[in-house]
Parts: sequence; C-alpha cells; structure tokens
Amino acid sequence: MINLLDIRIRNKINFLGKKVIGFFDYVGVLSRLGLETVYWIFLPPIKKERIFEQAKKIGIDSLFIVSLVAMFIGMIFAMQSAYLMKKLSSEMYIASIVALSLTRELGPVITALIIAGRCGAAITAEIGTMTVTEQVDALKTLATNPIKYLVVPRFVAFVIMLPVLTIYADIIGIFGGYVICVNRLSITSGMYIHTTFHSLVNKDIFTGLIKAIFFGMIISLVACNEGLNAEGGAEGVGKSTTKSVVLSFILIIIADCLFTALFYFFF
Amino acid sequence: MIEVKNLVKKFGESTVLDSLNLKIETGETKVIIGRSGCGKSVLLKHIVGLILPDSGSVLIDGQDISKLDEKRMNQLHMRIGMVFQGGALFDSLSVWENVGFVLREYSTLKESEIRERVKESLSLVNLQDIEDKMPSELSGGMRKRVSLARTLCIRPQVILYDEPTTGVDPITADAINVLIDELHDKLKVTSIVVTHDMRSAYKVADKIAMLYNGKIIAEGSPDEIRYTHDPIVRQFITGAAEGPITAVSKNTIDI
Repeated sequence: MINLLDIRIRNKINFLGKKVIGFFDYVGVLSRLGLETVYWIFLPPIKKERIFEQAKKIGIDSLFIVSLVAMFIGMIFAMQSAYLMKKLSSEMYIASIVALSLTRELGPVITALIIAGRCGAAITAEIGTMTVTEQVDALKTLATNPIKYLVVPRFVAFVIMLPVLTIYADIIGIFGGYVICVNRLSITSGMYIHTTFHSLVNKDIFTGLIKAIFFGMIISLVACNEGLNAEGGAEGVGKSTTKSVVLSFILIIIADCLFTALFYFFF
Repeated sequence: MIEVKNLVKKFGESTVLDSLNLKIETGETKVIIGRSGCGKSVLLKHIVGLILPDSGSVLIDGQDISKLDEKRMNQLHMRIGMVFQGGALFDSLSVWENVGFVLREYSTLKESEIRERVKESLSLVNLQDIEDKMPSELSGGMRKRVSLARTLCIRPQVILYDEPTTGVDPITADAINVLIDELHDKLKVTSIVVTHDMRSAYKVADKIAMLYNGKIIAEGSPDEIRYTHDPIVRQFITGAAEGPITAVSKNTIDI
C-alpha cells in the first residue's frame, strides 16, 4: 500500500518536474529567438514600411477594443473602490486608487492580454499557415531569412505599440473612473483631476511602460515561434494558435508578478 | 554538377532516405519517380538546403551545402530555384510582388524596372496581364506557373520542381511539361523534377531515377525505364495494384 502511494507521489513529482523543465526549455527557445531577432533588426535591408504596416495592425486597429475594455475597467474599479472607501469616508482617494492601479498594473496587463488574444493569435495563424503551405520554405529558397522577414517587423511593432496602447488605456481607464466619480459619487471634476495628478509620480508610469515593453516582446516572440513551428495543416495551425494565446497569457502573468516584485522590493 | 552521397535522413523511427546516392549532370533534366511519401520531396529539400542530412552530403559543384554559412547559402539560393507543389506563393502579396520578390528585397532597381523583369518572367511561363491579381484569384495551374516565374526572375542555373503536374487537369499538366522542356532548351538550366506522373516523367526527362525504400533502385533514360524488367519499377510505371511493392506493404501490415 505504501509502495503504491510512493509510486503515485513519485509519478506526480516526475510529471511536475517534466513540466517545469519543459517551461524553462520553452523560455530558452524564446530567448534564443529573441536574440536572433535583435541581431537581425540591425542588419540591412531595413524595411520601415513593413514595421509601420504591423504597427497599424497592432495599434490603430486595436484602439476600439482597448478603449472599450479600459473604459469599463476604470468604471468598475471606481465603483468597487467606492464600496470600500465610503465605509472609511475616504471617497476622495478613489481617483488615486484608480490612477495608480491602472498605470502600475491594470493598464499594461489588460492591454497585453487583449493584444495577445487579438493580434498574437492572428500572427500565429498567419505565420502558421505560411509554414504549413511551404511559404516559409519558399522564403528561404529566395535567400530570405524568415526571422528577418517575418519576426523582426512584428517584434519591433509590438515593442513600440504596446507601451503606446498602454498609455492610451491608462488615460481611457482614468476617464472611466472620472465618469463614475463625477456623475455618481459627488466628487467634483477638479478634485478628481487634481487627486489623479497629485498621486501619480513618474515611477508609476515608467514601471507600467517597462512592463508593457516586455509584454510586447513576449507576445510577439510566442506568436512567431508558434507560427514558425506549426505543422499538420489547418488543425495544426488551430492548435498552434490556441497554444500561442495560452502561453502568452501565462508568461505575461508570470512576468508581471516578477516585475511587480522587482519594482516593489528594489526600486 | 549536383552529387548526393550516402544521404541518410530519419524522422523519428522511420528512415526516409537510406544511404542514397545520385548524380545530376549540369544541363540535365533528371526526373525522380516514386510512390507518394517515399521521400522524393525530402530529397529535393536536402538539395536546396532546406533540410540538413543526418549523415552523408549534398555537393553542388563540389561544395558541401550542409557546411555553408547563411551568407553563402543565400548566394547558393540565388543560383538554385525551387517550384513548390502548391506554388507556395505569398498570400499577402500580389502576383508581381511575388514574382519580383527577390528584386524588391535585394536589388536597387526601380519599381518600373522590376515590373518589366516580372512581365518578362511571366511571359516565359505564358502568362500575361495578371500582375495585379492576388494568389487567391488564380487557378492551381496558374499558381504553379507564377511560382515558376518567381523562380525564373532570379535567373537560376538549377530549377527543382516538386510535383509540378499534381492537382492540375491533364491539359494544364501537359502545358507545364512543355514549359519545363522549353525552359530547359531556352535557358539551359539543370532541372530536377520530382513526380509520380509517368506521362510527365517520359516527356521531360533526360534521365529517370526511381526512389524506393530510401534508395535509388533504378536509373536510366526514359526508354530504359519504360522497357525495364525490374519488377518493382515495372509495377510502379504500369500502375499495377498487385506486385512486389504492394506485396511488401501487405506483409508489413500483416506483421
């Protein structure tokens, strides 16, 4: 009986160990792809128009969904904070809570999750289809490195656009909080704006933006890596797309936790 | 000259190419025949450097391509073009952007000059006025010809064709065969054609080689292959359901 239990526990530990090794292995694969991408960024020919095209797809085409989610998150956060703050008779701090939560945490994370779902999935599907229909092989036979042609423009566009979208989401979210506070919580417009700006310091915004840059790297590298390794036709592309979104979400949350701890304990 | 020496490639447990040896002389059109899934496309991908061998080598004019760095491999790709089975046209680019891909990426030519070169390449494959169409608007046969035009645009010395007549109607298939022959005569390119279409093989080949169980088991002129007494080759070229090839498959299944 004890032996059977031992075996079960050992199997579970083995399974867990394999998963952990697999995770670090995957992080290694992404890091290698990241280094290769950075190497190719600076090698000519540099095609800016390809980066602009990707930046448009990631940034401008995502404005509506980012606005909608950020606005509601701001409003919801204001109402939830009001529930507690009213009990403490400290409604005037709601603006601070909304502003700080959005710039330091919710803005970058929510934006990254939206973009991973919307653009990361699309990139994996696009590159995955190119892989299974031999278009990536065709690129190589036309003396073109797939990392230079496919990964570099998307990586650069993500690294530029995710911080931009994060700032945008922060502003819209704070506006969402403003709508609730000014219309429903008897906080004046001036007081809300004053408290918001008073509570925010540069560090709050920069930590959010640093997170956004890393989230951009994670989404683009995961999406491109899954696309380039897709196999098995339409079904394989579907699986890679799902895997891309799930892995992006997991890595974003883990990276967010690490960065939050780093900023909290060391800066 | 292209020389494949003792090429071995395994995918998992399965040995796809097993100490394969093959020579293709400069200016020759060599057709490689064999059953679907026997490793013909894998062999082509080794020759163009898309897959690296487990052991053995592919020599192009004496150069082992598995030892080339990225820069020299790119230079090699400017000499060797490949026409993929499904065309492998870039979906997001128009026909002229596909055909002029290499020129747009690496040359300093103006757009008007590239368009001229694209028209020239398209006319070599008997296509006109489709420059601004997207790949999704083309038929299967047209996609293959555009893919060939894309390869021709870099003026290659060697062209590899992966199943050029698969998936097209017999008339289009014959038109593609004629085209392969014409290009061979006009441009004096070395061609390697992978196919299981025997009509196509007899029509375009200077030499035919049969790939079976990871090895080249027979090689000769179209007539030598047509009148061979080798039972395996005979079963394949006549398309008989019963014979040594299928007997081996059945035995394997029984086991």
